Amino acid sequence: MVRHVVAPVAEIPPGGRKIVSVAGRQIGVFNVGGEFFALLNRCPHQGGSLCLGERIGLVLSDEPGVYRYSRPGEMLRCPWHGWEFDIRTGQSWCDPKRTRVRTYPVAIEAGETLMKGPYQAETFPVSVEADYVVVEL
Amino acid sequence: MSDEVLERRREEGIRLGVVDCDIHPMLRSQKALLPHLSRRWQEELETFGLRTRNPFVGSYAFPKATPALSRRDTWPPAGGPPGSDLGFMREQHLDPYGIETGILQVLIPSGKDQRNPAFGAALCAALNDWQIAEWTEPEPRLKASITIPAEDAEASVAEIGRCARNRDFVSIFISTRTADPLGRKRYWPIFAAAERHGLPLGIHTGGSNGMPMTPGGWPSFYFEDHMANAFAMQPLLASLTLEGVFEAFPQLRVVMIEGGFGWAPALAWRLDKHWARMRSEVPHVPHPPSSYIRRQVWFATQPIEEPPNRRDLCTLIDRIGWDRMVFASDYPHWDMDDPRLAFKVALSEDETRAVFRDNARAAYGLS
Amino acid sequence: MTVQLRDLGPIDCDVHPPTPRMAELLPYLDPHWREVMVGRGIDGLELASYPPGSPLTARPEWHGPDGRPGGDLEMLKREVLERWGVRYAILNCLHGAMAMFSEDMGAALARAVNDWIAKEWLDRDERFRASILVTPRSPELAVAEIERRASDPRFVQVLLLAAGETPLGRRAHWLIYAAAERLGLPVGIHAGSAFHQPMTSLGWPSFVVEDYVDQATTFQHQLLSLIAEGVFTKFPRLTVVLIESGVTWLPAFLWRATKEWRALRSEVPWVDRSPIEIVRDHVRLTLQPVDAPAEPERLAAVIEELGSDDLLLFSTDYPHWQWDGDDALPPGLPERLLSKVAVLNPRATYRRLAASEPEESVREESVARGIVS
Repeated sequence: MVRHVVAPVAEIPPGGRKIVSVAGRQIGVFNVGGEFFALLNRCPHQGGSLCLGERIGLVLSDEPGVYRYSRPGEMLRCPWHGWEFDIRTGQSWCDPKRTRVRTYPVAIEAGETLMKGPYQAETFPVSVEADYVVVEL
Repeated sequence: MSDEVLERRREEGIRLGVVDCDIHPMLRSQKALLPHLSRRWQEELETFGLRTRNPFVGSYAFPKATPALSRRDTWPPAGGPPGSDLGFMREQHLDPYGIETGILQVLIPSGKDQRNPAFGAALCAALNDWQIAEWTEPEPRLKASITIPAEDAEASVAEIGRCARNRDFVSIFISTRTADPLGRKRYWPIFAAAERHGLPLGIHTGGSNGMPMTPGGWPSFYFEDHMANAFAMQPLLASLTLEGVFEAFPQLRVVMIEGGFGWAPALAWRLDKHWARMRSEVPHVPHPPSSYIRRQVWFATQPIEEPPNRRDLCTLIDRIGWDRMVFASDYPHWDMDDPRLAFKVALSEDETRAVFRDNARAAYGLS
Repeated sequence: MTVQLRDLGPIDCDVHPPTPRMAELLPYLDPHWREVMVGRGIDGLELASYPPGSPLTARPEWHGPDGRPGGDLEMLKREVLERWGVRYAILNCLHGAMAMFSEDMGAALARAVNDWIAKEWLDRDERFRASILVTPRSPELAVAEIERRASDPRFVQVLLLAAGETPLGRRAHWLIYAAAERLGLPVGIHAGSAFHQPMTSLGWPSFVVEDYVDQATTFQHQLLSLIAEGVFTKFPRLTVVLIESGVTWLPAFLWRATKEWRALRSEVPWVDRSPIEIVRDHVRLTLQPVDAPAEPERLAAVIEELGSDDLLLFSTDYPHWQWDGDDALPPGLPERLLSKVAVLNPRATYRRLAASEPEESVREESVARGIVS
């Protein structure tokens, strides 16, 4: 497992996202209310660029005509066939056990720590003053 | 549906040229039609606009799942709606998928469904000229389908005759929702023209005819509207068969596009079973209905069937015939299929060649 | 299979008594409606989906001496009850009361047909059971009729036509489903159209055979409507029986409905399970006609694609001409399904049938007949 520095934290504000290329893979990094999550940018269904999809809420219902809206921005809808995935877990809503997108551990590290290594920074310089998003894969 | 399976299949890719039977070109805006319309119809378009049997001016009766009915990543960076930018279509679709031939189907706007029939005919002609000028001439991989004002057979035959001289037209487009079941005599001149010019009929999901969308009235949801695409194909094929269209036009080729195909075997069994019992009512259909379907009908693969037991997809195609399936992507619409990943089972090389290229060459008479 | 089926004492879930003519119904109408029917010369209310002379409407030997499809009580007893050793036969009377535009006239006729069935059929052989006819144009009147007749345990189901005014899942019908659920009655949806709407989304077909072929599509639309509108979320104990649907369209329907659900479920968030699961728990299908190729092994393959052994309910569909000779069970129906289709599934579906028999004796008899071990 290698830890990759993918962005300064400030670059991905809450509700934001960044698609990064790490070790030949496209990975979407999402900020959900200050927590960061990383998902492979490929839908397990037909390979669509999942991480380019809309960030939506989760709508549930206990009976017809009732719409219970929750967790705004925490679901991802594939830009192709509209399958919904939970950004926190990578699980699809319709088939959470069998259909899920690959997730990667994400950490926030201070620039000071990163200077000590061993990390692979991408194409930007790391500064001691800032915090960084680090994806492990 | 693990990632591993997908990765392997992606690497394999589709090595041969693909014939994609369903690509939707879009107008950048309605203005793009003006050069192809007479002054009279330019005024009609600008003053009264497009009018179909639909409650809204600028939306569908059942609002779609996505803006412009499209995949969210298909909006051209240079502007305009999905499907309106040839350069971006090449870059996003034709090149990476190795599309050898892409057959255009102009779904929107629909000349056939215009409430003003004369305007509808003019619109069809304009869309046909637009396909040649803006798509097939600059991009030889693309071929066009002749849009016709199908409710007016005489005008349709004239339009087919006008266009068929241009070899860039490889089929005749009709949307599923016609004002009468398509097998009716009033449409037969169209079939005769198709047969005469050697052009297959591409019957594509869609259209609005003012009929309730179900035999029990109007449903509520896009979920139902979208799935009804597969339902509308069934009475349509029943009508073509039982009215004797295939018997009368044995050279006619029909491609059923964007209705899926899972329904086809059960429909054929049902047709045969009840035809056998009631054939005195349809003496003009001397052979089992399934035999005509087997002989003269092709099925486009999209939206692909996804049975939980993946091998059932192969069983299904065994029932229809591997020589009857033609690949279609439906680019840029949201429910499109990726030629490399749509099939969740491995096809043999022969099957791959047939489905992705050779069957379409036969159905459309492509060289 | 003939002998085995008889030995099981099957439950025939779709039998059609001859449709009563107005003269037969007059005694069951109140004086006002009797006067209306006679005074306006109203008769001929057989459903147009089944023209009396059409080969489908009755097998050649199943016409009465007057040519009437289905003959009479004696013929039905002989050809259905005796022939197959039927334990119960559920009578579905295909009468135009279901298609009447006038709510009040429809309700009066439905009431008369139900009372006629009770008196002329149920009272005359204890093996008969029946469905309750209603007029779906008026859910309130339909519920009143369901409640009135449901006190008689021999009525085991509410009957609706496959195509009426508005899709069957819509909330307009929910009063009917609420009553059915409350009273433990499945809702049977029978092939046929009230012809209040064109038979297809492409307009009116030309031929009887075309109409009938298109019925399978009607069932697909209606099943989708029931799922999409959340009927089974709202009424979790409701069972729907698709009667005379053709059966073999179902697997592909379920594949596609599940695919559509994965894409579009947030539009109908109350559909909180896949259509495959919903159908497995809530929907049953009568067996005849089973639209399948003649080769038994091919039917067997399609039956496996249904994905559950609980779905099919034995039916002869008497007097409709769906099968020849003694092939009431289609060749190719897997052996293991025999007792399920013939007895166990119908009994689980029509809970009123089981309720009329002491548990103990059923158990003993089932063991004796080899239905359960």
